[in-house]
Amino acid sequence: MSNLFDLLVAGLATGAIYALVAVGFTLLWQTSQTINFAQGEFVMLPAFLMLAAMHAGAPFWLAIILGILLSMILLGLGFKMLLVDPMMRHGVLPLAIATMALAIGIKEAVKQFFSAEASPFPSIVPTGDVSILGHAVSLQSIGVLVVAILAVVGLTTLLNRTSLGHQMQAAAQNPTVARIIGVPVERMILLTFLINAFLVALASLLITPIYLAKFSSGEVLGQAAFIAAIVGGFNQVRGAIAGGLLIGVLDNLAAAYVSTQYRAAVPMIFLIAVILFRPQGLLGRAEERTV
Amino acid sequence: MSGFAKPLKIALGLIVIVGLIVIPMNFNRYGLFILSQWAVMSIAAMGLNLTLGYAGQVSLAQGAFVGIGAYAAAIMTTHGWPLPAAILVAIALSFAVGWVLGYPALRVQHHYLAFVTLAFSTLAFLVFRNESWLTGGIYGISNIPRPHVFGFATNKPLPFYYVCLGSLAIVSLAVWWLIRSPWGRAFMALRENPLRAQSLGIDTRRYTLMAFAIGSALGGVAGALYAPLTQYIDPVPFNLSLSLDLLMMVIVGGAGFYFGPFLGAMIAVLLPEWLRFTEGYYLMLYAIAVMLLLIWSPTGILGILDRYLAERRTKAASALRAVAKSRLETAQ
Repeated sequence: MSNLFDLLVAGLATGAIYALVAVGFTLLWQTSQTINFAQGEFVMLPAFLMLAAMHAGAPFWLAIILGILLSMILLGLGFKMLLVDPMMRHGVLPLAIATMALAIGIKEAVKQFFSAEASPFPSIVPTGDVSILGHAVSLQSIGVLVVAILAVVGLTTLLNRTSLGHQMQAAAQNPTVARIIGVPVERMILLTFLINAFLVALASLLITPIYLAKFSSGEVLGQAAFIAAIVGGFNQVRGAIAGGLLIGVLDNLAAAYVSTQYRAAVPMIFLIAVILFRPQGLLGRAEERTV
Repeated sequence: MSGFAKPLKIALGLIVIVGLIVIPMNFNRYGLFILSQWAVMSIAAMGLNLTLGYAGQVSLAQGAFVGIGAYAAAIMTTHGWPLPAAILVAIALSFAVGWVLGYPALRVQHHYLAFVTLAFSTLAFLVFRNESWLTGGIYGISNIPRPHVFGFATNKPLPFYYVCLGSLAIVSLAVWWLIRSPWGRAFMALRENPLRAQSLGIDTRRYTLMAFAIGSALGGVAGALYAPLTQYIDPVPFNLSLSLDLLMMVIVGGAGFYFGPFLGAMIAVLLPEWLRFTEGYYLMLYAIAVMLLLIWSPTGILGILDRYLAERRTKAASALRAVAKSRLETAQ
């Protein structure tokens, strides 16, 4: 059964990264009804920003900080002000299409200005294995899990234990009432965009050493995050976390036990089943119908 | 479009049709290929416009139906069947699969529906890629023959362009008729207010499934033309990004407008080609253009025209009112 254990650990590690991306995705949906089809590209880009900073001569730690800051400016502030704000009042679909165009734009920009080839990316965790319960587990998996768990715990503490978090939740759940009782709704929405940008930059930092930095790597990631968000529950942060972990494990198990050819089909079939039989997600609450 | 006078509209339509027939006569091979591709994608986008623009059901699977049609046509014509038979099979097949895909739409709506169809799209791609006994897998199917129409061979680019254009004309007329029929009205009722549609006695279940099935069938037609157009197909063109492209065409052109898909397909197929001179930047510029357009007019290109005409009409109406009012005052 050592194989199963390894698969579970590897699955949890990728799943934790999916969870980070999915949490950001659901945050944007909750506060501004943005379905961000460029979320995968949002994960791809920060790694290239960090690589660019390193090419310019910055040491790795500085490159990380610069990369995270730059992505918060570009993918948080810039994304909200330039694309989401002008389009938000026109409904979900045009904005979703605009993010699809944004995804193409980011991909092409990276291909053109950086490289069409995959570039290696340094890991924040040293390579090597440690022995846990008689199994060799890579330090990388453990590092990814630890960082992702810290981020998620930090975020849930922010949302549930602080006044700021309560204001954000109020702004998401009922903007009108939130505004009446004095919550600065606009600022809260901006904050969720910044948090999303931070989370995708973190995910980028964690996943790029494993899959290399490539302009097209966002497609698979974005899809995994969508599925995780829906499976877990579109309107729940903890749902997105559970969904991410579940999809990560499922994907790894499917690759080993189903077939490599149809491994991508397993999460999809799971997704269809969840939507049809439990549309609010495994952990989600049912949304009221507007009509 | 109702703001133009009828003779003007007919004249404009005739000019466009004659232009589409005459101008490409001295185009080179590549120009004709792009223009044929525009015709094929317009058909697929028109199908999606029925599902999304008229009936209001979001689908991210139109590319998969183009794939189903393309594979049906490729497999049949390479086994000696004529193309019209293959088109009929493509229609039947995508109609049936589209009908089944419509069932989730009875349970879930909006973004959930989008994701079910997205998942279907990915599954279809996996089947195209992995079932190599049928589809040739990653090596695809090559040497797809082009048809003979009334005894004329259409192997050359120009005759086959006319095949695509003719098919586009037939499909356009059929859709024109459909959206003016009681079915089209029922689709729009479904989009505007499903509950009220139901209380008026419209069988919303059946019309939802119909909207999916007919839209998908047009995707199948487009695919059945795409296969002989490129004469070689593999799974890659039919992945999720084709579905996303088609959705973009419909929204950019103007969802729910009859002429939206033609314009949207023109932008999606021709604009990148026009921007080719910018070399590596052309897709980037295309993406920026789409974003700017959507920021400016979320209802697409025809949304701009629609707003302009509506504005002109209100101005004209208020001018008439002012005249009438002043007449009343002078009479007193």
